[in-house]
Amino acid sequence: MANIRLIEVKEEILADNDKVAAEIRKQLRSRQVFMLNLMSSPGGGKTSLIIETLRGLKPSMRAGVIEADIDSMVDAEKVAQEGIPAVQLRTGGACHVDAGMLELALREMDLAALDLLIVENVGNLVCPAEFDTGAARNVMILSVPEGDDKPLKYPLMFTICDALVVNKTDYLKMSDFDMEALKERVLKLNPNIRIFEVSCRTGEGIPAWTEWLEAEVEAFKK
Amino acid sequence: MHELPVTESILRIVLRHAEEAKAGKVVSVSLRIGEMSDVIDEWLQRYFDYLSKGTLAEGAELRVERVPVVFRCEVCGESFQVNIREVKDVVCPACGGGKAKFVSGRKFFVKAIEVI
Repeated sequence: MANIRLIEVKEEILADNDKVAAEIRKQLRSRQVFMLNLMSSPGGGKTSLIIETLRGLKPSMRAGVIEADIDSMVDAEKVAQEGIPAVQLRTGGACHVDAGMLELALREMDLAALDLLIVENVGNLVCPAEFDTGAARNVMILSVPEGDDKPLKYPLMFTICDALVVNKTDYLKMSDFDMEALKERVLKLNPNIRIFEVSCRTGEGIPAWTEWLEAEVEAFKK
Repeated sequence: MHELPVTESILRIVLRHAEEAKAGKVVSVSLRIGEMSDVIDEWLQRYFDYLSKGTLAEGAELRVERVPVVFRCEVCGESFQVNIREVKDVVCPACGGGKAKFVSGRKFFVKAIEVI
């Protein structure tokens, strides 16, 4: 019988991704670009929130967008129509953006011309939570039609985010979504998360969200 | 859902260590995966079997050890384990406080490999 040898490895599996993410974070820190990683389910309103945010930000804040999709250009086209620099990242089937993909997309952006870079991640509440992108802040959207029980089903996503935007509040009166129960569940997983209630359709709540974002960008640049 | 890139990473790490040890074959791979992760063990093994074909690690068995999710109470500072798939509320067992911060239970590690 051949001898079986045990080799201690003790290596983090996502170390390669985390290393690239740390490099991106360092690069963006020195270039003074605040990167926001925006995540939600498909149809949660990521593109709508980005467009409302771009319209709501003060004009002096120079923004750009990286749109990640499994396979289409429609979101980048919508953003470009707003006169904002946008790069489409096709993940080619991958269910999330990883740091390596983002590094390629960043090469296409003129970082010197940006204060804020919003990354629209692939619509998915599971996989994007596992992969650090190098963003300064992680933000997720939960839309009212998805239900108030989502923190119980996707705890990691709610745990890693700095802010939660509850979108489609104009649907609240037609649903049994319990906003207080949602907040209680989310705050138990992540007591420091900021929660914003918005409707991208009516514009309600958008100013509070953009004010927070502007303050975060300004604090980052100091 | 993202088992494929995770498995690619595992295989890369395993082969590097097996080659350094001048191993003829990898028999098993011991992994530690946080309970907070949604990776499914059975799919890891299937992807691993597929990706490792023709390498030193072909046929190796993945042994997954789950690492519990730990929160720390913001009121009294107690650290405690949480069965995240079953609980509805994260409550500190020491003081009953409802404000706790996630500490660990999301990372993946290759702990060790067995080689011949």
